[in-house]
Amino acid sequence: MPRTHVNCTVNGDEVDFLSADDTSLLNALRDELGLIGAKEGCGTGDCGACTILVDGRVNCACLMFAPEAEGTSITTVEGIAQGDHLHPLQQTFLEGAALQCGVCTPGFLVSAKALLDENSNPTETEIRFALAGNLCRCTGYDKIIRAVQEAAVQVNGASK
Amino acid sequence: MRYAAPTTVDEALELLRSDPDSRVFAGATDLIPQIRAGRPEPALLIDLKRIERLVAVSHNNGTWTVGAATPTAALTADTEFSATFPGLSEASGLIGSDQIQNRSSWGGNLCNASPAADSVPALIVNDATAVIAGNSGERTASVADVVTGPGQTSLSDGEFIIEFLVNDPPANSSDAYLRLIPRTEMDIAVVGAAVQLTMDGDTVASARVALGAVAPTFVRVPDAEAALVGSSLNNGTLDDGTLDAVAAAASAACNPIDDKRGTIQYRRQVAGVLAKRAAQTAAQRAQGAS
Amino acid sequence: MTVTENPRRYKYVGTRPVRHDGLDKVTGKARFAADLDMTGQLRGAFVRSPHAHARIVSIDTSRAEAMPGVKAVVTGDDFADLDPTHPEFDMAVNLMARGEALYNGHVVAAVAAVTASQAAAAAAAVEVEYEPLPAVLTIDEAIAVSAPIANPTNRTLFSGDTEPSNLASVNEFGRGDVEAGFEAADIILEREFRTVAVHQGYIEPHACVADCGQDGKATIWASSQGHFAVRSKTAAALGWSTDRIKVIPAEIGGGFGGKTTIYLEPVAVLLSQKAARPVKIVMSREEVLRATGPAPATKITAKIGATNDGEITTLQSTMYFDNGSTKGFSALTGAMSVASYKLPNLQLHAIGTVSNTARSAAYRAPSAPQAAFAVETLIDELAQRLNMDPIDIRLQNAVVEGDATAMGAPHPKIGFVETLEAIKNSEHYNSPVPEGAGRGVGTGFWFNIGEQSSATVNLNEDGTATVITGSPDIGGSRASMALMAAEELGLAVDRITPIIADTESVGFTDITEGSRATFATGMAVVNACRELIGQLKQRAATIKNVDVEQVEWVDGAAVIEGQDPLTIPEITAMAKNTGGPLTATASLNAAGAGPSFAVHVADVVVDEETGETTILRYTAAQDAGTAIHPSYVEGQIQGGSVQGIGWALNEEYIYDSDGVMENASFLDYRMPVASDLPMIDAIIVEVPNPSHPYGVRGVGETGIVPPIPTLANAIAAATGVRMTSLPMSPPRLLAAISGNAGS
Repeated sequence: MPRTHVNCTVNGDEVDFLSADDTSLLNALRDELGLIGAKEGCGTGDCGACTILVDGRVNCACLMFAPEAEGTSITTVEGIAQGDHLHPLQQTFLEGAALQCGVCTPGFLVSAKALLDENSNPTETEIRFALAGNLCRCTGYDKIIRAVQEAAVQVNGASK
Repeated sequence: MRYAAPTTVDEALELLRSDPDSRVFAGATDLIPQIRAGRPEPALLIDLKRIERLVAVSHNNGTWTVGAATPTAALTADTEFSATFPGLSEASGLIGSDQIQNRSSWGGNLCNASPAADSVPALIVNDATAVIAGNSGERTASVADVVTGPGQTSLSDGEFIIEFLVNDPPANSSDAYLRLIPRTEMDIAVVGAAVQLTMDGDTVASARVALGAVAPTFVRVPDAEAALVGSSLNNGTLDDGTLDAVAAAASAACNPIDDKRGTIQYRRQVAGVLAKRAAQTAAQRAQGAS
Repeated sequence: MTVTENPRRYKYVGTRPVRHDGLDKVTGKARFAADLDMTGQLRGAFVRSPHAHARIVSIDTSRAEAMPGVKAVVTGDDFADLDPTHPEFDMAVNLMARGEALYNGHVVAAVAAVTASQAAAAAAAVEVEYEPLPAVLTIDEAIAVSAPIANPTNRTLFSGDTEPSNLASVNEFGRGDVEAGFEAADIILEREFRTVAVHQGYIEPHACVADCGQDGKATIWASSQGHFAVRSKTAAALGWSTDRIKVIPAEIGGGFGGKTTIYLEPVAVLLSQKAARPVKIVMSREEVLRATGPAPATKITAKIGATNDGEITTLQSTMYFDNGSTKGFSALTGAMSVASYKLPNLQLHAIGTVSNTARSAAYRAPSAPQAAFAVETLIDELAQRLNMDPIDIRLQNAVVEGDATAMGAPHPKIGFVETLEAIKNSEHYNSPVPEGAGRGVGTGFWFNIGEQSSATVNLNEDGTATVITGSPDIGGSRASMALMAAEELGLAVDRITPIIADTESVGFTDITEGSRATFATGMAVVNACRELIGQLKQRAATIKNVDVEQVEWVDGAAVIEGQDPLTIPEITAMAKNTGGPLTATASLNAAGAGPSFAVHVADVVVDEETGETTILRYTAAQDAGTAIHPSYVEGQIQGGSVQGIGWALNEEYIYDSDGVMENASFLDYRMPVASDLPMIDAIIVEVPNPSHPYGVRGVGETGIVPPIPTLANAIAAATGVRMTSLPMSPPRLLAAISGNAGS
């Protein structure tokens, strides 16, 4: 089985791994790099549990072949805290009880971070559509939306 | 399966020639689920996104040249493009979630050849052209002629689309695209309707109407176009007679199926509704356009 | 990090601390079953029936066994043959087909290989010869005269019948005289309602790892709603004693009832035993949808009578619930959920059927939403016909303590009236209905259960505490356990570490189901803490050299008149000299689970040209007894509401004529996405349950019951069309509005 040597940056670190050509980037992250934060909920890009940032943009890691990561910069949920400081979204998700089972949470955090990176003052509707690619079955989304709104307030406060 | 990422069109063509069981892809958002479901199982996967022309967008001499693998997110974020083609921009932006938007492309949306592809009716009413690479050089084809049936295209083995050409519309023109999905996101169109038209004062001077997901291929609706031409916009609305005629023509043009996403009856009925609503929006936009 | 909100009568209970497992879950460190890997691990894959119903003529595994990387293959022959009366018989039938494949997707064999792709290739190489048999796909087909038998092992529950049947259960109960009730009525309404199967839709597919050693003992890492049940069910399926199996709970990525049964573990154990290596099995989403627990499809006729002044005189209903491939209790729980109104005359006929579709599993308040669709729609229509407010007619007929439940036992102290009044007094209900919109109300009830739980509380040498239970944390129950322990011990919540222990490290604990974890396991925690307080007082008496009767426990300290109080850290620091470590264990079979009622109100607009429904506003009130952690109570209310909304509007199993599920993906099995919804305003009503030390009522389930009738009633208000079948998706709703379909 052909395996490709892939070089990329993951959460700020230069890494390389060997991967079968038809392996998904999700499986490579989980099995080769031990980054188990991104989950496989569907394998077809319909649930967003595997959401990662590729060069700053949200992608479903299950919908990428691992060799496509060559030369890219990837951020997973493991990489969104700054050292021992949680990202404001991680903090507001915790304080706002925006997770129940927690399996969709990594994907939501990454999608929400991408939104706030681009638009630090989104409307409720903008948040809802930005997160429409992430399924949550526990919360009914209410507390997730509120946690993103609260994080946006904090991000704006920090930037002022 | 092997993976290759050529950086030139010629290299990609050579790879395609090298293995008859090869498959080009852009975002792979349709291909990967298909592979997971066991159909197809290509021996060679050719990633076109590393070819510069395939991901370049330019606007020169009244023509937009859009690389076939350009992520649709890049198009919807392009304010000049979106102002020129609001309907085409909307249609492109409706392909899946934000995650999918960073991967989906016109080339992939068209060549997957699902009659429900959102961008295609909007490309058709904007009279877009596909530039196709093949072993005997480049050729062009109207987007309307690419899809020949569900999963079927007029591209030959060894061909792929390099880029799309879309001319700036005449003055006082605009477009609109509407689709019906049961949710607000993450669904495949049950019906899609695109309208492009040009106004002469308050009067519709020309119109194109195309439908998706209502037949084995995309459908132009000449009767709806004829009903629109010569009608007039009063206080921002087309008259009821025109809208009813557009709806009736659109419904009549459907040749749908019953499937898990909608019924024949529903598709016919809603095709008419969306066509008239899209026509109304396009006319309002065209009147507002300079 | 505690967000305190009016602590009222308690210091900790009712506050909103950050959950103890939260950090791991927002940083990606939490390990769900699919995140676990063992040294030398193999991957398992299933061979599934492509037929809805077929006799298995032969299975040839020789080609698969010869394939690269393949280490083990198992078929039905490898599993124990249980007696049909064994409580796990149907689980075992579903686990691995024997004799007949009972639905499309039924497992007929499994393989283990070095990689997942090798396992998949080998599974495809197992040669199974089938003789297709006639399939039963619907309730109507199951009950038809001369219907084929869907499952030859099915015998109607409690019937004593020895012949196979398509009836899983038949129950009839009620009271009074329904005919007299109809005669006393001024208005009688009767309708037939239909719903199709829907899935729990947890985002984490089923997964496990099993490692069977040469000593014949197995360790299983599993995502489940109850790891003791994983142990007992696995033991039953294999014919093993439970001491051969240890189950370590992984984090669980949603269950909603669907992970109260098992699909993987015995297969993984057997593969591991044959291969002498650990075996991991992870289902694909397609497998989850095709072959794990949908909630039953139903056909319900209901007839109701009332006087002109709104008194309901009688209700008569015949309810069919399709259990899928094996028997179950779905029809019975559906009928039992008809318990919200004083019904002097009641007749319920509950019939469970069997079909060649996936075996159904529990789904949040199992069967109550379908029953509520019928009953709550008719009551709404009564109010409309009688020109009454829909809350008032319910208040007039609402059950209170002492009124009869469906099967006749009296309701304990309940809060239905208070919950109705919470909505009646809400800002939402008192706001004008937006232009063009329709407003609907619906209610729901779930009885909740107690069952067995164990807890151990250890005080550490520095006075911090560890609370050990056996209830998997699905939605914040660790925090609830810690809050109750904090309240009892007078110890800050962040000095308490709640742990979910494996089957060998804590006493037996039943499944997290029936909204029982905070109620029953919480009671075990409280009891253990009270035992511990007794020990603390004894130690304080020893330290101070007084009689234990002179010691009182006040706010986390031993208080002795005339002396300085002794705090927990002071006592634990001296534990070595006063009798050793402080630890206490409690276990119980909890009685007195308090029923929870919910009342929802929604405003919707319907696009009458496309059939699309948009929810403008949604408010849900529910009686929690006492909210231990209000955020997670709200979360249960909101999450249940949205599952019900999905069920009402778009979710459905679509089978083709061969019994193949056509929409086994999250693309076409349409669960609500964030942009489909407004905020879900949750109102917590607190009518304490007198049978719990803090008044807890389970809150997990009831929230899914009201949304279907709430939306159906709102759609009726908006369009004038009464929807009597689900889902109320755009094509179905437009057909009803256009008069194109019977509805």
